[in-house]
Amino acid sequence: MSTTQLKNAFSFENAVKLGAGTDYENRAEFENAIGVYTEEKNENAIQIENLNLWYGKHQALKNISMDIPKNKVFSFIGPSGCGKSTFLRTMNRMNDMIQDCRIEGKIIIDDEEIYSRETDVTDLRKRVGMVFQKANPFPMSIYENVAYGPKIHGVSKKEIPSIVEESLKAAALWDEVKDRLKSPALSLSGGQQQRLCIARTLAVKPEIILFDEPCSALDPISTGKIEELMTELKKKYTIIIVTHNMQQATRISDYTAFFLSGELIVSGKTAQIFENPQDKRTEGYITGRFG
Amino acid sequence: MTNRQIRDFKEKSMKSLFFIGGVGTIFVLILICLFLFTETLNFFKTYDFIEFVTGFEWKPGTNPAQYGLLPLLAGTLIVTGGAIILAVPIGILSAIYIAESSGPKTAEILKSSVEFLAGIPSVVLGFFGLIILVPAIQSAFDLTTGQTALTGSVILAIMALPTIISISEDAISAVPAPLKQGSFALGANRWQTIYKVIIPAAFSGISAAIILGIGRAVGETMAVMMVTGNMAIIPGSELFLSSVRTITATIALEMGETAKGTEHYYALFAVGAVLFILTLGINLVADAVKKKQRAGV
Repeated sequence: MSTTQLKNAFSFENAVKLGAGTDYENRAEFENAIGVYTEEKNENAIQIENLNLWYGKHQALKNISMDIPKNKVFSFIGPSGCGKSTFLRTMNRMNDMIQDCRIEGKIIIDDEEIYSRETDVTDLRKRVGMVFQKANPFPMSIYENVAYGPKIHGVSKKEIPSIVEESLKAAALWDEVKDRLKSPALSLSGGQQQRLCIARTLAVKPEIILFDEPCSALDPISTGKIEELMTELKKKYTIIIVTHNMQQATRISDYTAFFLSGELIVSGKTAQIFENPQDKRTEGYITGRFG
Repeated sequence: MTNRQIRDFKEKSMKSLFFIGGVGTIFVLILICLFLFTETLNFFKTYDFIEFVTGFEWKPGTNPAQYGLLPLLAGTLIVTGGAIILAVPIGILSAIYIAESSGPKTAEILKSSVEFLAGIPSVVLGFFGLIILVPAIQSAFDLTTGQTALTGSVILAIMALPTIISISEDAISAVPAPLKQGSFALGANRWQTIYKVIIPAAFSGISAAIILGIGRAVGETMAVMMVTGNMAIIPGSELFLSSVRTITATIALEMGETAKGTEHYYALFAVGAVLFILTLGINLVADAVKKKQRAGV
Protein backbone atom coordinates (compact mmCIF):
# COMPACT_ATOMS: atom_id res chain seq x y z
CA MET A 1 0.00 0.00 0.00
CA SER A 2 1.40 3.40 -0.96
CA THR A 3 1.51 6.40 1.34
CA THR A 4 -1.25 8.11 -0.60
CA GLN A 5 -3.50 5.07 -0.34
CA LEU A 6 -2.82 4.94 3.38
CA LYS A 7 -3.61 8.63 3.75
CA ASN A 8 -6.88 8.17 1.88
CA ALA A 9 -7.81 5.18 3.98
CA PHE A 10 -7.43 7.24 7.16
CA SER A 11 -9.00 10.43 5.82
CA PHE A 12 -12.00 12.15 7.34
CA GLU A 13 -13.91 11.66 4.08
CA ASN A 14 -13.34 7.94 4.20
CA ALA A 15 -14.34 7.84 7.85
CA VAL A 16 -17.63 9.61 7.00
CA LYS A 17 -18.22 7.17 4.16
CA LEU A 18 -17.66 4.26 6.50
CA GLY A 19 -19.97 5.81 9.09
CA ALA A 20 -17.21 6.32 11.68
CA GLY A 21 -17.24 10.07 10.96
CA THR A 22 -20.43 10.54 12.95
CA ASP A 23 -18.49 10.05 16.17
CA TYR A 24 -16.67 13.31 15.49
CA GLU A 25 -18.01 16.84 15.21
CA ASN A 26 -15.59 17.96 12.49
CA ARG A 27 -12.45 17.18 10.57
CA ALA A 28 -10.10 18.72 13.15
CA GLU A 29 -11.51 16.65 15.97
CA PHE A 30 -11.27 13.54 13.83
CA GLU A 31 -7.73 14.17 12.77
CA ASN A 32 -6.77 15.04 16.31
CA ALA A 33 -8.16 11.73 17.55
CA ILE A 34 -6.60 9.67 14.79
CA GLY A 35 -3.36 11.61 14.90
CA VAL A 36 -2.47 10.94 11.31
CA TYR A 37 -2.03 14.30 9.67
CA THR A 38 -1.57 16.43 12.72
CA GLU A 39 1.95 15.18 13.06
CA GLU A 40 2.78 16.28 9.57
CA LYS A 41 1.29 19.74 9.94
CA ASN A 42 3.77 22.62 10.29
CA GLU A 43 6.45 20.07 10.18
CA ASN A 44 8.59 22.07 7.85
CA ALA A 45 11.44 24.10 9.29
CA ILE A 46 12.14 25.89 6.02
CA GLN A 47 10.08 26.40 2.91
CA ILE A 48 11.81 27.50 -0.27
CA GLU A 49 9.71 28.86 -3.12
CA ASN A 50 11.01 29.60 -6.62
CA LEU A 51 14.44 30.63 -5.49
CA ASN A 52 16.77 32.08 -8.11
CA LEU A 53 20.23 33.45 -7.43
CA TRP A 54 22.69 35.24 -9.68
CA TYR A 55 26.34 36.09 -9.20
CA GLY A 56 26.58 39.01 -11.61
CA LYS A 57 25.26 37.52 -14.85
CA HIS A 58 25.85 33.91 -13.90
CA GLN A 59 22.75 32.20 -12.58
CA ALA A 60 23.90 29.93 -9.76
CA LEU A 61 20.49 28.71 -8.56
CA LYS A 62 17.57 28.04 -10.86
CA ASN A 63 14.01 28.14 -9.64
CA ILE A 64 14.40 25.95 -6.59
CA SER A 65 11.37 25.01 -4.50
CA MET A 66 11.52 22.56 -1.65
CA ASP A 67 10.64 22.03 1.99
CA ILE A 68 13.06 21.17 4.73
CA PRO A 69 11.39 19.06 7.44
CA LYS A 70 11.92 19.77 11.10
CA ASN A 71 14.22 17.71 13.30
CA LYS A 72 15.65 15.71 10.44
CA VAL A 73 19.04 15.58 8.79
CA PHE A 74 18.78 16.78 5.20
CA SER A 75 21.79 16.35 2.96
CA PHE A 76 22.56 18.26 -0.22
CA ILE A 77 24.68 16.40 -2.72
CA GLY A 78 25.96 17.16 -6.19
CA PRO A 79 29.20 17.81 -8.06
CA SER A 80 31.40 20.84 -7.25
CA GLY A 81 29.93 24.09 -8.50
CA CYS A 82 26.39 22.75 -8.62
CA GLY A 83 25.19 25.45 -6.25
CA LYS A 84 24.54 23.35 -3.15
CA SER A 85 26.77 25.46 -0.89
CA THR A 86 25.36 28.65 -2.39
CA PHE A 87 21.88 27.33 -1.68
CA LEU A 88 22.85 26.48 1.90
CA ARG A 89 24.15 29.99 2.39
CA THR A 90 20.91 31.59 1.23
CA MET A 91 19.25 30.21 4.35
CA ASN A 92 21.22 32.36 6.77
CA ARG A 93 21.80 35.09 4.22
CA MET A 94 25.56 34.63 4.15
CA ASN A 95 25.46 35.51 0.46
CA ASP A 96 24.53 39.06 1.45
CA MET A 97 28.21 39.81 1.86
CA ILE A 98 29.03 38.85 -1.70
CA GLN A 99 28.95 41.73 -4.11
CA ASP A 100 26.85 41.38 -7.26
CA CYS A 101 24.80 38.61 -5.67
CA ARG A 102 21.09 38.93 -6.50
CA ILE A 103 18.32 36.76 -5.12
CA GLU A 104 14.70 36.26 -6.18
CA GLY A 105 12.09 34.01 -4.65
CA LYS A 106 11.09 33.21 -1.11
CA ILE A 107 12.60 31.41 1.83
CA ILE A 108 10.26 31.07 4.77
CA ILE A 109 11.46 30.19 8.24
CA ASP A 110 9.03 30.36 11.18
CA ASP A 111 6.39 31.99 8.97
CA GLU A 112 8.85 34.73 8.18
CA GLU A 113 10.01 35.55 4.70
CA ILE A 114 13.72 35.96 5.42
CA TYR A 115 14.54 38.12 2.41
CA SER A 116 11.89 40.69 3.28
CA ARG A 117 12.94 44.11 4.45
CA GLU A 118 11.74 43.65 8.00
CA THR A 119 14.02 40.68 8.62
CA ASP A 120 16.73 41.30 11.16
CA VAL A 121 19.69 39.42 9.67
CA THR A 122 21.44 39.25 13.04
CA ASP A 123 18.42 37.56 14.57
CA LEU A 124 18.05 35.24 11.58
CA ARG A 125 21.64 34.06 11.92
CA LYS A 126 21.05 33.47 15.59
CA ARG A 127 18.21 31.12 14.66
CA VAL A 128 20.02 29.57 11.72
CA GLY A 129 23.53 28.60 12.80
CA MET A 130 26.32 27.58 10.47
CA VAL A 131 29.36 25.30 10.66
CA PHE A 132 31.93 25.81 7.93
CA GLN A 133 34.02 23.51 5.79
CA LYS A 134 37.24 24.32 7.56
CA ALA A 135 37.10 24.75 11.33
CA ASN A 136 37.40 28.46 12.01
CA PRO A 137 37.75 28.97 15.75
CA PHE A 138 38.56 32.52 16.79
CA PRO A 139 42.11 33.12 18.02
CA MET A 140 41.02 33.17 21.66
CA SER A 141 40.55 30.60 24.41
CA ILE A 142 38.24 27.60 24.10
CA TYR A 143 35.90 29.16 26.64
CA GLU A 144 35.85 32.54 24.92
CA ASN A 145 35.04 30.92 21.59
CA VAL A 146 31.87 29.39 22.95
CA ALA A 147 31.02 32.44 25.03
CA TYR A 148 31.38 34.75 22.01
CA GLY A 149 27.88 34.21 20.62
CA PRO A 150 25.95 34.58 23.88
CA LYS A 151 28.04 37.64 24.75
CA ILE A 152 27.28 39.50 21.53
CA HIS A 153 23.61 38.71 21.94
CA GLY A 154 23.66 40.25 25.39
CA VAL A 155 23.17 37.15 27.53
CA SER A 156 23.81 38.04 31.17
CA LYS A 157 27.26 37.21 32.50
CA LYS A 158 25.93 34.84 35.14
CA GLU A 159 24.40 32.52 32.58
CA ILE A 160 27.40 32.26 30.28
CA PRO A 161 29.47 29.64 32.14
CA SER A 162 26.56 27.20 32.17
CA ILE A 163 25.79 27.86 28.49
CA VAL A 164 29.44 27.17 27.64
CA GLU A 165 29.37 23.91 29.56
CA GLU A 166 26.04 22.79 28.06
CA SER A 167 27.18 23.61 24.54
CA LEU A 168 30.51 21.84 24.89
CA LYS A 169 28.72 18.81 26.31
CA ALA A 170 26.20 18.83 23.47
CA ALA A 171 29.07 18.97 21.00
CA ALA A 172 30.71 15.98 22.74
CA LEU A 173 33.80 18.01 23.50
CA TRP A 174 33.39 18.78 27.19
CA ASP A 175 35.30 15.78 28.54
CA GLU A 176 38.27 16.52 26.33
CA VAL A 177 38.58 20.19 27.19
CA LYS A 178 37.03 20.74 30.62
CA ASP A 179 40.45 20.99 32.27
CA ARG A 180 41.85 23.47 29.79
CA LEU A 181 39.06 25.87 28.93
CA LYS A 182 41.49 28.75 29.14
CA SER A 183 43.96 27.39 26.59
CA PRO A 184 43.90 28.71 23.02
CA ALA A 185 41.33 27.14 20.71
CA LEU A 186 43.98 26.79 18.02
CA SER A 187 45.84 24.29 20.21
CA LEU A 188 43.06 21.75 19.63
CA SER A 189 43.21 19.10 16.90
CA GLY A 190 41.30 19.62 13.64
CA GLY A 191 38.40 17.42 14.69
CA GLN A 192 38.21 19.04 18.11
CA GLN A 193 38.27 22.50 16.50
CA GLN A 194 35.32 21.51 14.32
CA ARG A 195 33.37 20.28 17.35
CA LEU A 196 34.28 23.53 19.09
CA CYS A 197 32.74 25.38 16.14
CA ILE A 198 29.63 23.25 16.57
CA ALA A 199 29.57 24.08 20.29
CA ARG A 200 29.98 27.75 19.41
CA THR A 201 26.97 27.51 17.12
CA LEU A 202 24.87 25.65 19.72
CA ALA A 203 25.66 28.33 22.30
CA VAL A 204 23.43 30.87 20.57
CA LYS A 205 20.57 28.36 20.71
CA PRO A 206 19.66 28.05 17.03
CA GLU A 207 16.72 26.10 15.61
CA ILE A 208 18.43 25.12 12.40
CA ILE A 209 22.10 24.29 11.84
CA LEU A 210 23.70 24.45 8.41
CA PHE A 211 26.79 22.30 7.89
CA ASP A 212 28.90 23.17 4.86
CA GLU A 213 31.02 20.07 4.19
CA PRO A 214 31.98 19.91 7.86
CA CYS A 215 34.10 16.79 7.59
CA SER A 216 35.96 17.38 4.34
CA ALA A 217 39.14 18.38 6.20
CA LEU A 218 38.91 15.68 8.88
CA ASP A 219 40.22 12.17 9.38
CA PRO A 220 37.78 9.22 9.50
CA ILE A 221 37.72 9.05 13.30
CA SER A 222 36.89 12.73 13.72
CA THR A 223 34.36 12.40 10.92
CA GLY A 224 32.72 9.50 12.75
CA LYS A 225 32.44 11.58 15.91
CA ILE A 226 30.80 14.44 14.06
CA GLU A 227 28.36 12.15 12.27
CA GLU A 228 27.40 10.56 15.58
CA LEU A 229 26.93 14.04 16.96
CA MET A 230 24.59 15.05 14.14
CA THR A 231 22.36 12.06 14.73
CA GLU A 232 22.17 13.18 18.34
CA LEU A 233 21.62 16.85 17.45
CA LYS A 234 18.66 16.22 15.14
CA LYS A 235 16.52 15.47 18.18
CA LYS A 236 16.65 19.16 19.02
CA TYR A 237 17.66 20.86 15.80
CA THR A 238 16.92 20.76 12.11
CA ILE A 239 20.11 19.90 10.29
CA ILE A 240 21.12 20.55 6.72
CA ILE A 241 24.46 19.26 5.53
CA VAL A 242 26.28 19.79 2.26
CA THR A 243 28.51 16.82 1.57
CA HIS A 244 30.63 15.34 -1.18
CA ASN A 245 30.63 12.02 0.54
CA MET A 246 27.79 9.73 -0.62
CA GLN A 247 28.37 7.27 2.20
CA GLN A 248 28.08 10.12 4.65
CA ALA A 249 24.79 11.19 3.11
CA THR A 250 23.39 7.65 3.36
CA ARG A 251 24.71 7.13 6.88
CA ILE A 252 23.37 10.22 8.54
CA SER A 253 20.63 11.85 6.52
CA ASP A 254 16.90 11.22 6.50
CA TYR A 255 16.38 13.25 3.35
CA THR A 256 18.62 14.01 0.39
CA ALA A 257 18.49 16.54 -2.41
CA PHE A 258 20.59 16.25 -5.54
CA PHE A 259 21.71 19.39 -7.36
CA LEU A 260 23.21 19.82 -10.80
CA SER A 261 24.23 23.10 -12.47
CA GLY A 262 22.11 25.18 -10.12
CA GLU A 263 19.02 23.03 -10.50
CA LEU A 264 17.34 20.83 -7.94
CA ILE A 265 17.14 17.49 -9.75
CA VAL A 266 15.46 15.46 -7.06
CA SER A 267 14.73 15.60 -3.36
CA GLY A 268 13.22 13.02 -1.07
CA LYS A 269 13.86 10.30 1.48
CA THR A 270 17.52 9.33 1.41
CA ALA A 271 16.79 5.63 1.10
CA GLN A 272 14.57 6.23 -1.88
CA ILE A 273 17.07 8.41 -3.69
CA PHE A 274 19.99 6.10 -3.22
CA GLU A 275 18.31 2.75 -3.63
CA ASN A 276 15.92 3.61 -6.37
CA PRO A 277 17.12 6.70 -8.24
CA GLN A 278 14.45 7.75 -10.74
CA ASP A 279 16.62 10.18 -12.64
CA LYS A 280 19.49 9.08 -14.88
CA ARG A 281 21.69 11.98 -13.78
CA THR A 282 21.14 11.21 -10.11
CA GLU A 283 21.95 7.59 -10.69
CA GLY A 284 25.10 8.54 -12.61
CA TYR A 285 26.30 10.78 -9.82
CA ILE A 286 25.62 8.51 -6.87
CA THR A 287 27.14 5.52 -8.57
CA GLY A 288 30.25 7.57 -9.26
CA ARG A 289 30.03 7.75 -13.04
CA PHE A 290 30.51 11.54 -12.94
CA GLY A 291 30.95 14.28 -10.38
CA MET B 1 85.42 26.70 -22.66
CA THR B 2 82.63 24.23 -23.00
CA ASN B 3 79.03 25.28 -22.64
CA ARG B 4 78.93 23.71 -19.28
CA GLN B 5 81.94 25.65 -18.03
CA ILE B 6 80.41 28.89 -19.27
CA ARG B 7 77.20 28.07 -17.46
CA ASP B 8 79.07 27.29 -14.25
CA PHE B 9 81.05 30.49 -14.54
CA LYS B 10 77.88 32.51 -15.01
CA GLU B 11 76.30 30.80 -12.04
CA LYS B 12 79.30 31.48 -9.82
CA SER B 13 79.70 35.10 -10.84
CA MET B 14 76.00 35.79 -10.20
CA LYS B 15 76.33 34.16 -6.82
CA SER B 16 79.31 36.31 -5.85
CA LEU B 17 77.54 39.44 -7.08
CA PHE B 18 74.59 38.76 -4.79
CA PHE B 19 76.98 37.89 -1.98
CA ILE B 20 78.85 41.19 -2.35
CA GLY B 21 75.57 43.07 -2.37
CA GLY B 22 74.35 41.37 0.78
CA VAL B 23 77.61 41.54 2.71
CA GLY B 24 78.26 45.11 1.56
CA THR B 25 75.21 46.33 3.48
CA ILE B 26 76.33 44.61 6.65
CA PHE B 27 79.85 45.97 6.15
CA VAL B 28 78.58 49.56 5.91
CA LEU B 29 76.47 49.02 9.02
CA ILE B 30 79.46 47.72 10.98
CA LEU B 31 81.61 50.65 9.85
CA ILE B 32 79.01 53.19 10.93
CA CYS B 33 78.59 51.52 14.32
CA LEU B 34 82.34 51.40 14.87
CA PHE B 35 82.72 55.04 13.94
CA LEU B 36 79.80 56.17 16.07
CA PHE B 37 80.89 54.27 19.16
CA THR B 38 84.65 55.12 19.01
CA GLU B 39 83.81 58.80 18.75
CA THR B 40 81.35 58.38 21.61
CA LEU B 41 84.02 56.72 23.74
CA ASN B 42 86.34 59.66 23.00
CA PHE B 43 83.75 61.93 24.58
CA PHE B 44 83.72 59.97 27.83
CA LYS B 45 87.52 60.29 28.09
CA THR B 46 87.05 63.93 29.04
CA TYR B 47 83.43 64.08 30.21
CA ASP B 48 81.90 62.05 33.03
CA PHE B 49 79.36 59.47 31.83
CA ILE B 50 77.05 59.89 34.81
CA GLU B 51 77.09 63.66 34.42
CA PHE B 52 76.10 63.20 30.76
CA VAL B 53 73.25 60.85 31.48
CA THR B 54 71.86 62.76 34.44
CA GLY B 55 72.72 66.33 33.42
CA PHE B 56 69.89 68.83 33.27
CA GLU B 57 71.74 71.42 31.20
CA TRP B 58 72.89 71.32 27.61
CA LYS B 59 75.17 74.38 27.40
CA PRO B 60 78.09 73.83 25.01
CA GLY B 61 78.95 77.56 25.08
CA THR B 62 79.47 78.08 28.81
CA ASN B 63 82.77 77.60 30.61
CA PRO B 64 83.01 74.82 31.66
CA ALA B 65 80.64 73.49 28.99
CA GLN B 66 77.72 71.36 30.15
CA TYR B 67 76.54 68.39 28.13
CA GLY B 68 73.45 67.09 29.95
CA LEU B 69 71.43 64.59 27.92
CA LEU B 70 68.13 64.97 29.76
CA PRO B 71 66.69 68.12 28.13
CA LEU B 72 67.34 66.69 24.66
CA LEU B 73 65.95 63.27 25.58
CA ALA B 74 62.92 64.97 27.15
CA GLY B 75 62.44 66.99 23.97
CA THR B 76 62.56 63.89 21.78
CA LEU B 77 60.26 61.92 24.07
CA ILE B 78 57.65 64.62 24.46
CA VAL B 79 57.45 65.41 20.75
CA THR B 80 57.30 61.72 19.87
CA GLY B 81 54.82 60.97 22.65
CA GLY B 82 52.52 63.70 21.42
CA ALA B 83 52.81 62.35 17.89
CA ILE B 84 51.82 58.86 19.08
CA ILE B 85 48.79 60.19 20.95
CA LEU B 86 47.64 61.94 17.80
CA ALA B 87 48.62 59.42 15.14
CA VAL B 88 47.70 56.07 16.71
CA PRO B 89 43.93 56.52 17.02
CA ILE B 90 43.61 58.28 13.67
CA GLY B 91 45.88 55.73 11.98
CA ILE B 92 44.09 52.66 13.33
CA LEU B 93 40.65 54.04 12.61
CA SER B 94 41.53 54.82 9.03
CA ALA B 95 43.21 51.42 8.59
CA ILE B 96 40.00 49.74 9.78
CA TYR B 97 37.94 51.93 7.51
CA ILE B 98 40.10 51.15 4.48
CA ALA B 99 40.24 47.42 5.16
CA GLU B 100 36.72 46.75 6.36
CA SER B 101 34.21 49.48 5.75
CA SER B 102 35.01 51.35 2.58
CA GLY B 103 34.07 50.14 -0.89
CA PRO B 104 36.85 48.96 -3.18
CA LYS B 105 37.03 52.30 -5.00
CA THR B 106 37.19 54.42 -1.86
CA ALA B 107 39.81 52.05 -0.45
CA GLU B 108 41.92 52.48 -3.57
CA ILE B 109 41.73 56.27 -3.39
CA LEU B 110 42.53 56.28 0.32
CA LYS B 111 45.46 53.92 -0.08
CA SER B 112 46.97 56.05 -2.83
CA SER B 113 46.56 59.20 -0.75
CA VAL B 114 48.29 57.50 2.16
CA GLU B 115 51.20 56.60 -0.11
CA PHE B 116 51.22 60.13 -1.42
CA LEU B 117 51.38 61.46 2.14
CA ALA B 118 54.41 59.24 2.75
CA GLY B 119 56.08 60.75 -0.28
CA ILE B 120 55.98 64.36 0.92
CA PRO B 121 59.55 65.44 1.80
CA SER B 122 59.95 66.29 5.46
CA VAL B 123 61.26 69.77 4.66
CA VAL B 124 58.02 70.54 2.89
CA LEU B 125 56.06 69.38 5.93
CA GLY B 126 58.33 71.51 8.11
CA PHE B 127 57.70 74.46 5.89
CA PHE B 128 53.96 73.88 6.06
CA GLY B 129 54.28 73.63 9.84
CA LEU B 130 56.25 76.85 10.08
CA ILE B 131 53.93 78.91 7.91
CA ILE B 132 50.53 77.47 8.84
CA LEU B 133 50.73 75.53 12.11
CA VAL B 134 53.06 77.73 14.12
CA PRO B 135 50.92 80.89 13.82
CA ALA B 136 47.75 78.83 14.28
CA ILE B 137 48.98 77.28 17.52
CA GLN B 138 50.35 80.59 18.72
CA SER B 139 46.99 82.29 18.38
CA ALA B 140 44.95 79.29 19.49
CA PHE B 141 46.76 78.99 22.84
CA ASP B 142 47.72 82.65 23.10
CA LEU B 143 51.47 81.97 23.30
CA THR B 144 54.51 84.16 22.71
CA THR B 145 55.68 81.67 20.10
CA GLY B 146 53.91 78.89 18.23
CA GLN B 147 57.11 76.88 17.98
CA THR B 148 56.23 74.25 20.54
CA ALA B 149 56.46 70.53 21.19
CA LEU B 150 52.81 70.30 20.14
CA THR B 151 53.60 71.77 16.73
CA GLY B 152 56.36 69.17 16.32
CA SER B 153 53.99 66.42 17.43
CA VAL B 154 51.38 67.38 14.85
CA ILE B 155 53.97 67.35 12.06
CA LEU B 156 55.45 64.07 13.25
CA ALA B 157 51.98 62.54 13.53
CA ILE B 158 51.39 63.41 9.89
CA MET B 159 54.69 61.74 9.04
CA ALA B 160 54.01 58.61 11.11
CA LEU B 161 50.47 58.16 9.80
CA PRO B 162 51.34 56.49 6.46
CA THR B 163 53.46 53.86 8.24
CA ILE B 164 50.79 53.18 10.85
CA ILE B 165 47.93 53.09 8.35
CA SER B 166 49.54 50.93 5.69
CA ILE B 167 51.01 48.33 8.04
CA SER B 168 47.86 48.05 10.18
CA GLU B 169 45.74 47.87 7.05
CA ASP B 170 47.88 44.97 5.81
CA ALA B 171 47.47 43.19 9.15
CA ILE B 172 43.70 43.74 9.20
CA SER B 173 43.26 42.61 5.60
CA ALA B 174 45.31 39.51 6.39
CA VAL B 175 42.74 38.30 8.94
CA PRO B 176 41.30 35.18 7.27
CA ALA B 177 37.84 35.59 5.75
CA PRO B 178 36.52 32.41 7.44
CA LEU B 179 37.07 34.06 10.84
CA LYS B 180 34.93 37.02 9.87
CA GLN B 181 32.29 34.72 8.38
CA GLY B 182 32.31 32.65 11.55
CA SER B 183 31.52 35.75 13.52
CA PHE B 184 28.80 36.94 11.13
CA ALA B 185 27.27 33.46 11.08
CA LEU B 186 26.80 33.68 14.86
CA GLY B 187 24.76 36.80 14.35
CA ALA B 188 27.46 39.34 15.15
CA ASN B 189 27.17 42.67 13.38
CA ARG B 190 30.02 44.38 11.56
CA TRP B 191 31.17 46.46 14.52
CA GLN B 192 31.19 43.49 16.91
CA THR B 193 33.15 41.48 14.38
CA ILE B 194 35.72 44.24 13.91
CA TYR B 195 36.08 44.96 17.60
CA LYS B 196 36.03 41.41 18.98
CA VAL B 197 37.48 39.25 16.22
CA ILE B 198 39.38 41.26 13.62
CA ILE B 199 41.32 43.64 15.85
CA PRO B 200 42.42 40.93 18.32
CA ALA B 201 43.47 38.71 15.39
CA ALA B 202 45.47 41.55 13.83
CA PHE B 203 46.73 42.84 17.16
CA SER B 204 50.41 42.09 16.77
CA GLY B 205 50.46 43.52 13.25
CA ILE B 206 48.82 46.69 14.50
CA SER B 207 51.32 46.92 17.37
CA ALA B 208 54.18 46.52 14.91
CA ALA B 209 52.68 49.32 12.82
CA ILE B 210 52.55 51.62 15.83
CA ILE B 211 56.10 50.83 16.88
CA LEU B 212 57.47 51.38 13.39
CA GLY B 213 55.55 54.65 13.22
CA ILE B 214 57.19 55.70 16.47
CA GLY B 215 60.55 54.66 15.07
CA ARG B 216 60.05 56.96 12.16
CA ALA B 217 59.01 59.83 14.42
CA VAL B 218 61.96 59.48 16.81
CA GLY B 219 64.54 59.79 14.06
CA GLU B 220 62.93 62.66 12.18
CA THR B 221 65.05 65.81 12.11
CA MET B 222 64.31 68.52 9.65
CA ALA B 223 60.60 69.13 10.05
CA VAL B 224 60.86 68.97 13.82
CA MET B 225 63.78 71.37 13.89
CA MET B 226 61.77 73.88 11.90
CA VAL B 227 58.76 74.00 14.21
CA THR B 228 59.74 73.19 17.79
CA GLY B 229 61.73 76.31 18.72
CA ASN B 230 64.88 74.36 19.66
CA MET B 231 65.20 75.49 23.26
CA ALA B 232 67.19 72.90 25.20
CA ILE B 233 65.03 72.98 28.29
CA ILE B 234 63.06 70.36 30.14
CA PRO B 235 59.41 71.30 29.61
CA GLY B 236 57.72 72.44 32.81
CA SER B 237 54.04 72.76 33.44
CA GLU B 238 53.33 73.95 29.90
CA LEU B 239 54.37 70.48 28.71
CA PHE B 240 53.30 70.31 25.06
CA LEU B 241 53.13 74.09 24.72
CA SER B 242 56.77 74.59 25.67
CA SER B 243 59.59 75.01 23.19
CA VAL B 244 61.79 71.92 23.06
CA ARG B 245 64.87 70.68 21.30
CA THR B 246 65.12 67.10 20.13
CA ILE B 247 68.27 64.97 19.90
CA THR B 248 68.17 65.03 16.13
CA ALA B 249 67.76 68.79 15.93
CA THR B 250 70.68 69.30 18.31
CA ILE B 251 73.04 67.31 16.13
CA ALA B 252 71.87 68.96 12.94
CA LEU B 253 72.10 72.47 14.41
CA GLU B 254 75.41 72.19 16.18
CA MET B 255 77.49 69.85 14.05
CA GLY B 256 78.25 72.60 11.53
CA GLU B 257 79.69 74.95 14.11
CA THR B 258 81.94 72.60 16.02
CA ALA B 259 85.57 71.98 15.21
CA LYS B 260 86.51 68.37 14.65
CA GLY B 261 88.13 66.74 17.67
CA THR B 262 86.69 69.08 20.28
CA GLU B 263 84.73 67.87 23.27
CA HIS B 264 81.55 69.41 21.80
CA TYR B 265 82.14 67.44 18.59
CA TYR B 266 82.41 64.19 20.53
CA ALA B 267 79.43 65.11 22.69
CA LEU B 268 77.26 65.25 19.58
CA PHE B 269 78.37 61.72 18.71
CA ALA B 270 77.44 60.56 22.20
CA VAL B 271 73.97 62.04 21.73
CA GLY B 272 73.80 60.37 18.32
CA ALA B 273 74.66 57.03 19.93
CA VAL B 274 71.76 57.47 22.35
CA LEU B 275 69.41 58.05 19.42
CA PHE B 276 70.85 55.02 17.65
CA ILE B 277 70.21 52.80 20.67
CA LEU B 278 66.70 54.20 20.99
CA THR B 279 65.72 53.44 17.38
CA LEU B 280 67.51 50.09 17.41
CA GLY B 281 65.51 49.11 20.47
CA ILE B 282 62.27 50.21 18.82
CA ASN B 283 63.04 48.23 15.68
CA LEU B 284 63.93 45.12 17.67
CA VAL B 285 60.62 45.31 19.52
CA ALA B 286 58.77 45.76 16.23
CA ASP B 287 60.58 42.75 14.79
CA ALA B 288 59.70 40.58 17.76
CA VAL B 289 56.06 41.61 17.56
CA LYS B 290 55.93 40.91 13.82
CA LYS B 291 57.42 37.47 14.32
CA LYS B 292 54.74 36.77 16.87
CA GLN B 293 52.15 37.73 14.26
CA ARG B 294 53.63 35.31 11.76
CA ALA B 295 53.62 32.54 14.36
CA GLY B 296 49.87 33.13 14.55
CA VAL B 297 49.67 33.46 18.31
